[in-house]
Amino acid sequence: MKLHEYQAKEIFGSFGIPIPSGKVATSPEEAGSIAREVGKKVVIKAQVHVGGRGKAGGIKFADTPEEASEVASKILSMEIKGLPVKKVLVGECLDVADEYYLGVIVDRKSKKPVFMVSSAGGVDIEEVARETPEKIHKYQVDPARGLMPYEARNLAFKIMSDGKLAMKTAKVLMQLYDVFTGVDASLAEINPFVRTPDNDMIALDAKITIDDNALYRRPEIAKMRDLGAENPYETKAREMGLSYVKLDGSIGCIVNGAGLAMGTMDMVKLYGAEPANFLDIGGSSSPEKVMTAVEIILSDENVRAIFFNIFGGITRCDDVATGIVEALGKMDIKVPIVVRLTGTNEDEAREILKKVDVVSVNTMDDGVKEAIRLSKGGE
Amino acid sequence: MGVLVGKDTKVVVQGITGRDGKFHSLQMKEYGTDVVAGVTPGKSGQDVEGIPVFDSVEQAVAKTGPNTSVIYVPSFAAADAMYEACDAGIRLIVCITEGVPTLEMVSLSGYLKERGTRLIGPNCPGIITPGEAKVGIMPGRIHKPGPVGVVSRSGTLTYEVVYQLTSREIGQSTCMGIGGDPIIGTNFIDALEAFEGDSQTEIIVLIGEIGGTDEEEAAAYVTKSVSKPVVAFVAGRTAPPGKPMGHAGAIISGGTGTAKEKVEAFEAAGIPVAGTPSEIGEIVEKTLASKR
Repeated sequence: MKLHEYQAKEIFGSFGIPIPSGKVATSPEEAGSIAREVGKKVVIKAQVHVGGRGKAGGIKFADTPEEASEVASKILSMEIKGLPVKKVLVGECLDVADEYYLGVIVDRKSKKPVFMVSSAGGVDIEEVARETPEKIHKYQVDPARGLMPYEARNLAFKIMSDGKLAMKTAKVLMQLYDVFTGVDASLAEINPFVRTPDNDMIALDAKITIDDNALYRRPEIAKMRDLGAENPYETKAREMGLSYVKLDGSIGCIVNGAGLAMGTMDMVKLYGAEPANFLDIGGSSSPEKVMTAVEIILSDENVRAIFFNIFGGITRCDDVATGIVEALGKMDIKVPIVVRLTGTNEDEAREILKKVDVVSVNTMDDGVKEAIRLSKGGE
Repeated sequence: MGVLVGKDTKVVVQGITGRDGKFHSLQMKEYGTDVVAGVTPGKSGQDVEGIPVFDSVEQAVAKTGPNTSVIYVPSFAAADAMYEACDAGIRLIVCITEGVPTLEMVSLSGYLKERGTRLIGPNCPGIITPGEAKVGIMPGRIHKPGPVGVVSRSGTLTYEVVYQLTSREIGQSTCMGIGGDPIIGTNFIDALEAFEGDSQTEIIVLIGEIGGTDEEEAAAYVTKSVSKPVVAFVAGRTAPPGKPMGHAGAIISGGTGTAKEKVEAFEAAGIPVAGTPSEIGEIVEKTLASKR
């Protein structure tokens, strides 16, 4: 789960990391009054879950409270990469002398938390990694003891030589590690981490991604999920224990298992069409889950055919078949449905499906081809 | 033969009285696996259709001598269950449970490694040596003994591939699902090393997916250390970046972990990459025929 910058800054602040003063606003008026409180030039930043906000015009400055509400009004009516901006962060504008990058992630290969620090902050760190990898210093942390102060100091000295500044930076690195473990992050990042002309070291931006698997033990973080910032059908799917990602094609796919679901999407593309979605109905199926899955798929107007690809292990084919029958009975479904059911209770499932108007196929390849054919009117 | 599990495997099931634990314990037993004990704290003295239940893994080990644990407990209890199995001396743990917090896996990984304990999973279907032992949740009847070693990050996609192989009368030495999480106990390289050393395995099928760089590292390892033919598949060519695709570990982040990079790494290592699961069967069939 991604957090917004303002949420990440609140967390940083509560762990003692220096952040600029500011607050989140949902209206131009609110933005103006926050600017008045700040009492100096402010920066207004769109709160959306995409990178490259600045380039898209989602970060602007304002000298007065009046200008702040004007600018906020513009940003609040924007869409950035398809996502409507519903909140802006209004914060004090700082003078910047130097920009650094501080980040910590879970490294899958070493199975350890890994810090990355760089003196090339304020730009896309992935670009730095590609073009000037020597400017990024990496350091693996022993998770059993955590980050030791001497390790934090050594890391800070990799990117700056002034002793006082390095001590301040080392303290922030320790705090950043506490944030990382304290909220179960998979990524915690400050880019840029800046030095002001007065030699204050401040987190000008903040990015935290939370490990979804750990949300059950971080209820205060789980509450921060911004339902307005995600596709409502993805929300609905998650609440039902389904995993759904909307795509742009016309073949709706309902599959059990993440790997098979991806394999099905890939096959749709291979045979000349585009998948409308990723949808994994999960291990233990029930007719209700199948109903919800159909409803979610049909909410997408681009869908021209639905393909069920079920390999029953724990998932029982007859449960899925019952769900299909119920969905057909309760919903007005105008698109053709192609069904491939193999595995646990497949014979019972075939019997059940005889009652309704669906196309049954024996293999995944045949199912994908048939769904594509029917999506084009059956030619 | 086959790898990691076989005729000598004696299984203790952690979470045996839960719905999934009970169902799959009986399925494993029916397949012929030697399920010697179950553990559910507070339920010692009971039995699950003849399988004795103990309060702790330590007790189960003392009374019944298992050498392998399979874990079906809920996600909040899974890390504890893995520590418990390790501390009781179990040296092969198969964790089926999905949803274990990543930082728990980070702490646990070092602990298990120091003690020489192998973990398969979490968030995996388990491991089966057809005709000998099934430790996990895969449908046993789609497998058949034979020469193909299968290793995969997926569950149902693996069943699909195994089904394709078995339909062509091609059997498997061992099929191993290593799990869909970012941090897993056994990776592709570990599996390749095991299959390379197994006399029954003649060819290896590797089923990868988007996210991380385990496939790229496996490709490099094959070039250096694997003499047997390898066939690969990568799921997620059409997956968008930045979103986990069902598995927590199946995510393209920061522009890395794409299917394209993985396919290119395999091809650069001379490993054929199948476009569909059915094509895996075709390639395996041809490769085996040309060897004989």
